[in-house]
Amino acid sequence: MTFSTSEMQNHGINVGGSERLASLLGGGLLTIYGLTRGSFGGMAMAALGGGLLYRGATGHCATYGKLGLNTAQGEGDLRNIRMRESVTVLRPRDELFVFWRDLENLPLFMSHLESVRQMDDKRSVWTAHSPGGLAPMIWEAEIVDEAPGERIAWRSLPGSDIENEGEVRFVEAPDGEGTEVHVTIEYHPSRGITGAAAKWINPLLSQMVREDVRRFKSLMETGEVPTVEGQPRGH
Amino acid sequence: MKAVCWNGIHEVAVETVPDPQILNPRDAVVKVSLTAICGSDLHLYDGYIPAMRKGDILGHEFMGEVVAVGASVENLKEGDRVVVPFPIACGNCFYCRKGEFSLCDNSNPKAWISEKMYGHPCAGIFGYSHMMGGYAGGQAEYVRVPYADVGPIKIPEHLNDEQSLFLSDILPTGWQAADECGIKVGDVVAVWGCGPVGQFAMLAARHLGAGRVIGIDYIPERLEMARSHCGAETLNHAQIDIQEALKEMTGGRGPDACIDAVGMEAHGGGPLGWYDKAKHLGRLQTDRPTVLREAIQACRKGGTVSIPGVYGGVVDKVNFGAAFNKGLTLKMGQTHVHRYMSELLGRIERGEFDPSFLITHRLTLEEAPQGYRIFREKEDGCVKVVMRPQTVH
Repeated sequence: MTFSTSEMQNHGINVGGSERLASLLGGGLLTIYGLTRGSFGGMAMAALGGGLLYRGATGHCATYGKLGLNTAQGEGDLRNIRMRESVTVLRPRDELFVFWRDLENLPLFMSHLESVRQMDDKRSVWTAHSPGGLAPMIWEAEIVDEAPGERIAWRSLPGSDIENEGEVRFVEAPDGEGTEVHVTIEYHPSRGITGAAAKWINPLLSQMVREDVRRFKSLMETGEVPTVEGQPRGH
Repeated sequence: MKAVCWNGIHEVAVETVPDPQILNPRDAVVKVSLTAICGSDLHLYDGYIPAMRKGDILGHEFMGEVVAVGASVENLKEGDRVVVPFPIACGNCFYCRKGEFSLCDNSNPKAWISEKMYGHPCAGIFGYSHMMGGYAGGQAEYVRVPYADVGPIKIPEHLNDEQSLFLSDILPTGWQAADECGIKVGDVVAVWGCGPVGQFAMLAARHLGAGRVIGIDYIPERLEMARSHCGAETLNHAQIDIQEALKEMTGGRGPDACIDAVGMEAHGGGPLGWYDKAKHLGRLQTDRPTVLREAIQACRKGGTVSIPGVYGGVVDKVNFGAAFNKGLTLKMGQTHVHRYMSELLGRIERGEFDPSFLITHRLTLEEAPQGYRIFREKEDGCVKVVMRPQTVH
């Protein structure tokens, strides 16, 4: 169920897998934020976001085409994207561990995920949201390490187009009442993001992870994720 | 349903919008029986609070009847008559557990905006910009209330809407402002601004043991209200020098506590007032801190300056050295309404006071644009506007 590089290159794809994901996520955020602002700046943001969504979903970037760039192949300017976030959650360590370890719970607070399906105790299939009914991005991952109540580490399987890994650590907070949750998510450089693109995509991805962690905290502390989506507003 | 929408600076309109729905298990929907325009709504009206968008439904002071509850709400049922606190609080987080409900960590779905501005996210507030969560407000026929198992307080039959409504914001806000002054019996408390929050701060200071309460404003009918309903002496800052007058009234010491019940849109005179006005108009500073400056200057050494008036951002030319070298205590913040509601409801039930004395204008919801205008211009003796959606009888 994973994209293979050869498949992608046969379809005019010149944007690498990690960068496609980044484009999808960043584009989605920008579009939503831009559209809800309604101002001229907001529309510009939405337009830029739409462009990113397109290149993320199709894997083709017109600008890269014109510039003769192709981050889907070749060595390019490789780099890791690593994001770290920490939050204190007022719930017991074991409870948080058990909830996270059931990976199928992740889409409840990771907004870019549509679903995670556990194949067996270690392996799972992850599906990201795909805007506009375009082909979904799917990859497989496995748990590579875990210590009950303390740590879970996962990694996409070799050959996945979106190579990524993550780790979450649960540490008892100083007052003994809550739990510090330390999350690290890393996207890998196999067909990585070029320096310039990385500079402005990184903050968007970091913010996304930050919001995921915040939603996790709310969900665990209050039993729900706060929202205003679906409430009335004027014209 | 009908709702009051913010459509730009000095532009509010009553529009027909979809009815609110239950979105989360701990939500309720309340059919609004009475709602009010708050002085802090005027900051939105004047365009000084960031992250407002055209079409946002206003209003954070409201009460009404529960018409729907989410699956997890067990303490409320359809038909209950409730007042809803303006800050939205989960009841579970570090802050809520300490009783600091207006600092709730979980109630703002757009936490990143205030986190960027202030370093940490603010709690959600009904109808008070996307920085405070973008929640639809209660100047409407119906409103969705999140964490309904924590916020709303049931109102007994024998109290009418006008006696109960102000538990949602301004009564606890005035009360907290006085409470945080740590008033000792006989203390002198000066209150800048005899608007709704100032009136209730004076009332609270009296009830909490202040020996003298001094109200400062320039509008005669508000000063009269402070004298007749809140047991205050009053000073008109258009006629006299406040610093001199306060010194004279306190044997040169200055008030033990000074309350800034004005906030970011103070009307200052003199060169500094014009300086603020110019910077404010050019959006070079978000706030005009005239009253804050005066309160710091006037307060006795070792006293407390308590700030219920709303500030939004950067202030200029505040004499922090005076605050430091006089060893002042500064207290401020959005009100922990949930903490005070039941105590204050008890005081109203026992007849200690009736907060409805504040109301000068009773309008329908459809008259909201006029309500905002006369409240802002302080026309027609306007102190407090309440509005009743016409569908409620």
